[in-house]
Amino acid sequence: MADTLILTPQQIIRKKAAGEPIQPDDSEMIQSHTIVVQVENSIGAFIRVINMFSARDFNIDSVTVGVTEDPSVSRMNIVTTGNGRIIAQVLRQLSRLVDTIEVIDLTDTDYVERELCLLKVCYNRDSRSEILSVNEIFRGKVVDITSKTMTFELRGPSKKIDAFIDMMASHKIVEVARSGRVAMQRDS
Amino acid sequence: MTYDEHTKVQPVTTGDSLPEVRPEITSTSQVMSGAEILLRSLEAEGVKIIFGHPGGAVIKVYDEMHRINPEFQHILVRHEQGGTHAAEGYAKATGKVGTVLVTSGPGATNTVTGIADAYMDSVPIVVFTGQVPTGLIGNDAFQECDAVGITRSITKHSYLVRDIEDLARTVKEAYHIARTGRPGPVLVDLPKDVLLAEGPFQYPETVNMRGYAVPEAVRPEKLQRAARMIAESKRPLLYVGGGAVNSDASDSLTELARYTGIPVTTTLHGLGAFPEEDPLALRMLGMHGTWWANQAVQHCDLIIAVGARFDDRVTGKLDSWAPHAKVIHIEIDQSCISKNVFADCAILGDVKTVLERLIPLVDPKDTTEWLEQIDTWRQECPLQYQKDGKLRAQSVIEQLRDKTGGDAVVITDVGQHQMWSAQYFRFLHPRTHITSGGLGTMGFGMPAAMGAAFGMREIGSSRPVVCISGDGGFVMNAQEMSVAAAHKLPLKLAVINNRFLGMVRQWQELFHMERYSHTDLSDTNPDFVKLAEAHHCVGLRANTPEEAKEIIDEAWKVTDRPVLMEFSVAKEEMVFPMVPAGAATGDMITDRMTPNSFV
Repeated sequence: MADTLILTPQQIIRKKAAGEPIQPDDSEMIQSHTIVVQVENSIGAFIRVINMFSARDFNIDSVTVGVTEDPSVSRMNIVTTGNGRIIAQVLRQLSRLVDTIEVIDLTDTDYVERELCLLKVCYNRDSRSEILSVNEIFRGKVVDITSKTMTFELRGPSKKIDAFIDMMASHKIVEVARSGRVAMQRDS
Repeated sequence: MTYDEHTKVQPVTTGDSLPEVRPEITSTSQVMSGAEILLRSLEAEGVKIIFGHPGGAVIKVYDEMHRINPEFQHILVRHEQGGTHAAEGYAKATGKVGTVLVTSGPGATNTVTGIADAYMDSVPIVVFTGQVPTGLIGNDAFQECDAVGITRSITKHSYLVRDIEDLARTVKEAYHIARTGRPGPVLVDLPKDVLLAEGPFQYPETVNMRGYAVPEAVRPEKLQRAARMIAESKRPLLYVGGGAVNSDASDSLTELARYTGIPVTTTLHGLGAFPEEDPLALRMLGMHGTWWANQAVQHCDLIIAVGARFDDRVTGKLDSWAPHAKVIHIEIDQSCISKNVFADCAILGDVKTVLERLIPLVDPKDTTEWLEQIDTWRQECPLQYQKDGKLRAQSVIEQLRDKTGGDAVVITDVGQHQMWSAQYFRFLHPRTHITSGGLGTMGFGMPAAMGAAFGMREIGSSRPVVCISGDGGFVMNAQEMSVAAAHKLPLKLAVINNRFLGMVRQWQELFHMERYSHTDLSDTNPDFVKLAEAHHCVGLRANTPEEAKEIIDEAWKVTDRPVLMEFSVAKEEMVFPMVPAGAATGDMITDRMTPNSFV
């Protein structure tokens, strides 16, 4: 949350006035961020966080919530997109809520992330083996099969799941259920 | 309910009513109703006055109030919105937390505008709303509404009390949150069964909220850096907002400005934080600020923002605002930092504490040249209006200033008169200018003035309370006049009547080719003198400058009830100078002759 993350139009003008070169600054780049928010374990706290995003017109790509090792604390994993200025605002607005206990942006840290996906796809004699081989490459599991459809379970980073769905898109996907990203910092 | 063990019978004093029982507060906890726990908690919190309106869901609270006669005053307002604005006026005038008590459903929804207003303007109020019994919540019961849900994005925090055991703690936390940090409104929703239930009462002495912390420790390296930036600057400017008033930082601010010789411009809510008659005072900046204050912003090389949030009415077009300035931002709310304007040096903390610690680190500066430059701008385009013998709003405000010597609590509504008050009154003391800035709530003025007058009475201040309204906004909460009359508040209510929604009219004239769509009020305005008299107030009317002086003198002779002074002014008058919405601060319209280039 350092101030230096942010480059406003006003700052750009100042740089121009001072004759400093203006780099395509990192802070102006739109980027996906994974934010972990520890909140009081109550429905009100959860809604307050989500409501803040909607009231201030911030983006939510995915959100998960569940109780932590401390039953009075819930952990929300929020994936959001924005430039440095917007993300800094998101973090400050989150910290400011009375029910939030801790807010961490994992994006520039070393962390692991996982998402779970269930995908139901139609198959026939011609497509069956190709579908199964894609699944094998992605190390998914077949969790249900009927004469017309197969349902796969896939775990992994969100990008892997994106790629899996992309590969399956050439077949007839019936249903996709994604859990949203959960993430945790690695111990150093 | 039994009171055998810890009650005593009060002597009967009135008519044939039943003997009243009054439980004594003892140090050990005792069993009482939720409603009484609420009242006892308010007493313990030191509440002196609450603004409320009864109804089914809170009838038990009113019943207990009748029975135990608590140590605070309850003011029966005539509309819940008036109640919230009164609480805001009280809070802003006294620096204490305002309290509101209303019933469920419409009682709660009527407070929404006041809560949003308090949220935008950082006013500490606690609003208690009744709620249907917990078992009925969600069943679309009579007078049910999701008060917590409706107000979630306009409160600093809110509570639904589900268990009587949580009640006293919740009240304690609500006041703590409303009062500390950046102040704001807190809503407490009270289901009827919780108010009817019985439980032990003990008011907690401390709060324990792991998610809520007020920034306390100021980082010394930031102070050093700020001091260095001040030392290096040639054209510094203090830009002061409502945070300086909320933090009671006026004295420190004045000391810093005078010691260093740095000129001061204030936002609408900062008015009064620095005496406007001081040579260093540049008055208000922004959309209707002074030409010289805005010029100073555009040419300064350092802005020291003190408890201000770079609102769009201050900055106009962001990317051309203060193009040469580095920014020091002293602020208690982290979310305000670098939200609109990047802060080269952000100091998170209580404004007063930060200023007190900054003063020893800075040295007097030679700003003569800079001040001379600003004086040139001051001569170039002074605040002025036509003096042609007609009654004008600006002259009314100047007359009110002269009558009070500038030492009055001035409450304004929203619109042209609000900007003229800001431009022409000259505020000398903090907490003497109260207005609806962020939300811009028409109808704020009259009830807020009533709340401020109760506050003045409570702290024993003799400062007159003057409400300046337009004819459009005044009628939006005029019903509270009778409440002020019932309590013999010597309010001075100035209604600047131009028979138009003047500020909208001004925009229509300047930017919408003079299409005056639905802003003419001449057919629908009430007779304001009769309106005042119908509410047991005195009503006076003036059409000329001479009459204005006469009715002001007359109004000041009335001390036992509110006086409404209607000043009938020309509808064509506009507020200048003006930065059109979204335009650059450098591009000010200074009079009627220049606007078309900005359409």
